[in-house]
Amino acid sequence: MSEAVLRERGPLARIGLRSGPEARAPNLMPYLLAAPLILFMLAFYAMPVVAMLMRSVSDPTWTVANYATLPDDAVFLKTFANTFYTSLIVTLVSLLLGYPVAMALVRAPRWAPIILVLIMLPFWTSVLVRSYAWMVLLGRHGLFNEALIAAGMIDRPLRILNTPLATQIAMSHILLPYMILPIANALRQIDPSLLRAASGLGSPPWRTFLQVTLPLSMPGVAAGVLLVFVLALGFYITPAMVGGPREITISMLIAQRVDQLDWAYAATLSAVLLATALAIIGAFYRLPGVGNAFRMNAR
Amino acid sequence: MTGLGMMGARILPATVVGLILLFLAFPILVVIVVSFSSATYLTFPPPAFGLKWYDAYFGSADWLRPTWLSIWVAAAVVVVATLLGTLAALGIARLPRAARVVVAGLVLSPLIVPGIVVAIGIYYAFARYGLVGSPVGLIIAHTCLAVPFVVTSVSASLAGIDPRLEQAALSLGATPRATFFQVTLPLIRPGVLVGALFAFITSFDELVVALFISGSGAVTLPRRMWDDLRFQIDPTIAAVSTLTIVLTVALMWGAHLLRKHAERQVTKQA
Repeated sequence: MSEAVLRERGPLARIGLRSGPEARAPNLMPYLLAAPLILFMLAFYAMPVVAMLMRSVSDPTWTVANYATLPDDAVFLKTFANTFYTSLIVTLVSLLLGYPVAMALVRAPRWAPIILVLIMLPFWTSVLVRSYAWMVLLGRHGLFNEALIAAGMIDRPLRILNTPLATQIAMSHILLPYMILPIANALRQIDPSLLRAASGLGSPPWRTFLQVTLPLSMPGVAAGVLLVFVLALGFYITPAMVGGPREITISMLIAQRVDQLDWAYAATLSAVLLATALAIIGAFYRLPGVGNAFRMNAR
Repeated sequence: MTGLGMMGARILPATVVGLILLFLAFPILVVIVVSFSSATYLTFPPPAFGLKWYDAYFGSADWLRPTWLSIWVAAAVVVVATLLGTLAALGIARLPRAARVVVAGLVLSPLIVPGIVVAIGIYYAFARYGLVGSPVGLIIAHTCLAVPFVVTSVSASLAGIDPRLEQAALSLGATPRATFFQVTLPLIRPGVLVGALFAFITSFDELVVALFISGSGAVTLPRRMWDDLRFQIDPTIAAVSTLTIVLTVALMWGAHLLRKHAERQVTKQA
C-alpha cells in the first residue's frame, strides 16, 4: 500500500506523466533522478576509459597482437612481477602490524579513542603528503640515518630512499588502516560470551585466540587482505616518489608509455591491470562472509 | 594467573601496539615539526623553531595560485558531485534490484578501478574534448572520482530512514514536494553533508588525474608539490603539507562527528 501511495502521489503523477495507481508500467521517477549522474559518468568517465582500453585491440589495426606479445615482453614481465611482489609484501606486513592494533582497538575500550585518532591521522592525510613524510625520514640526511649515525651504529648514511625497501615501508604505512578497520569490524562482531565460555572451560588465552578469535575474525582478515592487495597493485605516486628507479610498478610503466604516446601499449597494460584487480575481487567475494565484512565497512 | 604474569601478558602486547601506532603517526608528526624549523635544509630535530617556511609559502604567488585553484576547483566539485550524487542516491534506492546493481556498479566503480587507468582514460578523451589544462576539465574529472563517496553516504542515510515517516506525512495530506523538503531532506542532510566533505577532500588531494590533465594552465596544489619534489625537498613543502593536514583532518573530523550524530538519531528513532 505504501509503495502505491508513494507512486501514485509521486512528483511525476503531479506533472501528468503517470496515469494512476492501476498502471503497472515501471515507475520512471527513480530513473529520472539517477539519469543526470549516469549520463555524466558515461560521458566523462566510462566512455573515456573504454575508448582508451579499446586502443589495445584497435591499434595499429584490429588485432590481439598487443596481448599476444606480452608473455615474451621482458619489461612487462619484470614490472608485473615486481608489482605483485611489492603488493604481497605490503599485504603481509599490513596484516602482521594491523591485527594487533585491531585487537587493541576492540578489546581495550578505554584506549580506543586515542588508538582511533592515531590510525585516522595518517589515514586522512593525502598519499602525496605521506609519501613526502617518508622522503623526509628515509633520505640520505633523513631522520633515520641521522639517528643511526648519532647512535654510532653506522658511519655512512644507508641508502634506503629510492630503493624497493622504501616503497614497501611507505606503502605498508599508507595501506595499514585499510587492514585494521575491517579486522576490527570482524572482531567487534564476535559474541563476547564465546570468549568467556572458552576461558570458563579452562582454555588459556593463547588457545582461545587461536581457536575462537582468529577463526571468527577471518572474514575481516580476508576483506583487509583484499583491500590492501588490490589497492597496492594500482599504486603510482608512492613508488614514483620513494621507490627505486629500476623497480617500477605497472602504473608507472603505463604512465611512462603514455608520455611516449604509446597508447596501444599503455591501454594493453591498463586492461591487464584492471582485469587482474577485478579477478582478485571476484575470487575473494566468493569466500564466505567477505561480502558482509565489506557491507559493515561501508558505514 | 599470578599478578606478575598478568602484567606481562598485558604490557608486552601494549608495547607492540604502541610501537605500531608510533609507526603510523610518527611520519605525520615529523612533517609537522619540520615545517616549524628555522633551518634552511631538512634536519631533525630542528636547531630552532620559527615560521620561516610559512612566510615562504604565504609570500609566494607560485604557491598561492595553485592553492586557490585547488580550493575553488574542490568547491565546484562539491556543488556538482553533491547535487548529482544526492539525486542519484534518491533514485537508486527506488530502482528495481537488477537496475540498481547496474547503476551502482557504474557509479561506484571509480573506487575499484586503479587510479592510473581512470587517469589516462580521462586524459585520452579530454585531450579530444579540449579539456586538458583547464579548471573545467579538473572539475569534471574530480566529480567522477568524488561522486561514489556522496552516493554511498546519502544511500546509508536513506537506508536508515523509517519509511513510515514519509508515509505519515503523505497520509496527513502533505504534497510529495513538501514531504521531500520537510521530511526526507532533513533526515538525509547529515549524509549529504558528509558526502560533500568527502567530495571536497577527494578533489583537493587528488594528484594522479591532475598529473595528466592539469597541463600548464591549471596547476593544482598537489601538482605543484609534486613538481617541486622532483627537484628539491625544502621545508616549504612541509609547511604546505602541515596546512593541508590541518585542513583535511578538520574536515574529516567534522564528517566523523556528523556521522556519529546521525547514527545516534537513527538509533533514537528505532
